[in-house]
Amino acid sequence: MEAGTLVEWLVNPGDTVARGDVVAVVETQKGAIEIEVFEAGTVTELLAEIGQTLPVGAPMARIGDDEETGAEPKPPEEETRPAPKERSAPTPPAEAEAPSEKPAQPRQEPPASAAGASPAARRAAQEAGIDLVQVKGSGPQGAIVLADVEAQMGQATPTSRPAGEGLSDMRQAVAAAMSRSKREIPHFYVSHTVETQPVSEWLAQQNAERPPAERILLGAVLVKAAAMAARQVAALNGHFTEGGFVPSETANIGVVISLRGGGLVAPALADVDKMSLSDVMAGLRDMVTRARSGRLRGSELTRGTLTVSSLGEDGAEGMTGVIFPPQVGLLAVGAPQIRPWVTGAGVEPRQVTTLVLSADHRVCDGRQASRFLVAIQDCLARPEEL
Amino acid sequence: MNETETRAIFLEELNRVAPDIDPATVRDTDHLQDDLDLDSMDILNLVTALHARLDVSIPESDYKEIETPRKASGYLARRLREPE
Repeated sequence: MEAGTLVEWLVNPGDTVARGDVVAVVETQKGAIEIEVFEAGTVTELLAEIGQTLPVGAPMARIGDDEETGAEPKPPEEETRPAPKERSAPTPPAEAEAPSEKPAQPRQEPPASAAGASPAARRAAQEAGIDLVQVKGSGPQGAIVLADVEAQMGQATPTSRPAGEGLSDMRQAVAAAMSRSKREIPHFYVSHTVETQPVSEWLAQQNAERPPAERILLGAVLVKAAAMAARQVAALNGHFTEGGFVPSETANIGVVISLRGGGLVAPALADVDKMSLSDVMAGLRDMVTRARSGRLRGSELTRGTLTVSSLGEDGAEGMTGVIFPPQVGLLAVGAPQIRPWVTGAGVEPRQVTTLVLSADHRVCDGRQASRFLVAIQDCLARPEEL
Repeated sequence: MNETETRAIFLEELNRVAPDIDPATVRDTDHLQDDLDLDSMDILNLVTALHARLDVSIPESDYKEIETPRKASGYLARRLREPE
C-alpha cells in the first residue's frame, strides 16, 4: 500500500478530537480504511481535499493544542500524519516495488457518501466510473452495496474485467505484499497435528447454554491460544524492520478475512493475550463485520504482530501460508478432520486439526517454532483456562 | 407466520450480515457456506440476528436446518409454531 485517496472527512476545523478518533475515510488498494488520529487537540486546518490521492505518511490535517483556542496562539502546531502506514517504523524507506513517491495529485476519484459502502460496491463503482455520491444505499445504515451500484449502472454489471486489463486493486495489493514476503523472508515451516475433539466438545457444551449473541467459535479459541503462545515465544511475535527484529510487548493477532468480492484483509486485534475468550470473540465479530462493510481502521491493518489464517470449519486439512511483512510468523489452521487417533492403548475416530507455522529464519529456528506449536496444543487441551 | 414471511425475513437478515451478496442473485437452494461463501462468523451473526428478530434461538446442532433459504424458511416457520 503506497497511497490512498481521501473519500470523506468526518471532522471539520474547530472540532475537538481525542486520540483514536476516526477522522477520515481513505480508499486504498485494500478497500476503504478509517483513519484515526494519534493525538488530541483541536482541528485547525484540513490539508487534504476529498478526492486527493496522498502517499502513505503525508500530512492530512493540522491539529493545534487543546488550550490554544484562546486569543494567544502558541507557536508550534503539530502536523498530524494520520495516513495509513505499512509499518510503524518512523521513516519507512520506499519499498522496492513502490512506483516512486509521487507528489499528491488530485484524481478523478468518486467521493463516497456519508454512509459506508461495501468493498465490492466501491470496486464496482470505480471500475464503472460511477460516483458513489450519486448512489442510494440500501444496506445497513444506508450503506451502499453492490446491488445499488449495479442498479445505478442500469443493468447487471459485467462480472469480470476485459482480458488484459490486469489485476484488481485488491489482487495487486495482495500480490505485492506476498511477492515481497517471498522475496525477502527466508520462510521455513513446522507442522503439528493436534487433537481438537476436547476443545470442540467443550465449546459445543458452552454454546448450548448460551444465546447466539454469546456463543464462541473455535476460531476465537485459536486466536487466543496463538496469542498465549506468541507471548511465550518472543522470537515469533513482532516486526522485522530495517534495524532487525523488534519483538513486541503485546500480542496483536492478525486474522485473515477472505472477502467475497475477491482478495483478503488481515486486521489485527490488540492485546489478545490479556483479553478474555468472550472479549476475543466479540472483538473478532466486530472486526469481521466491519471488514465486510468496508469499515476497518488504519491501525488495525498495521498493528498485527503475528497472523492466524484459518481454512474454516469445512475444507482442506492443511495449508502452508505466506508471512505478512513486517511480521515474522504466520499460523495456518486447517479445517478440523475426523481421523484415526491413538488414545491410550487403542485407536479411535477423533477430531484433529493441522497447524502449520510459517516462520522467518532470519529471526528464529525450528526449535522455537516447535515450542510455539506445542504451546498452542497445551492451550487447546485446557480451553477452560483461556 | 408462514414460510413466505419467514423466507423474506431470512433473506433480509442475510443481506444485513452479508451486504456484499446481491439478494437478487440468491436462490432458494443456495447453500450458505458452499454457494454463498458465508464463513462460521457470518453464520453466527445470521443466527444472532434471527434470534433478535424472531426470538428463535437456533442451537448449533440445528445449523444444518438453515443451510439454504428454503430449508431455513421451513425450519423457522416450524419453530415459530411450536409452543415454547
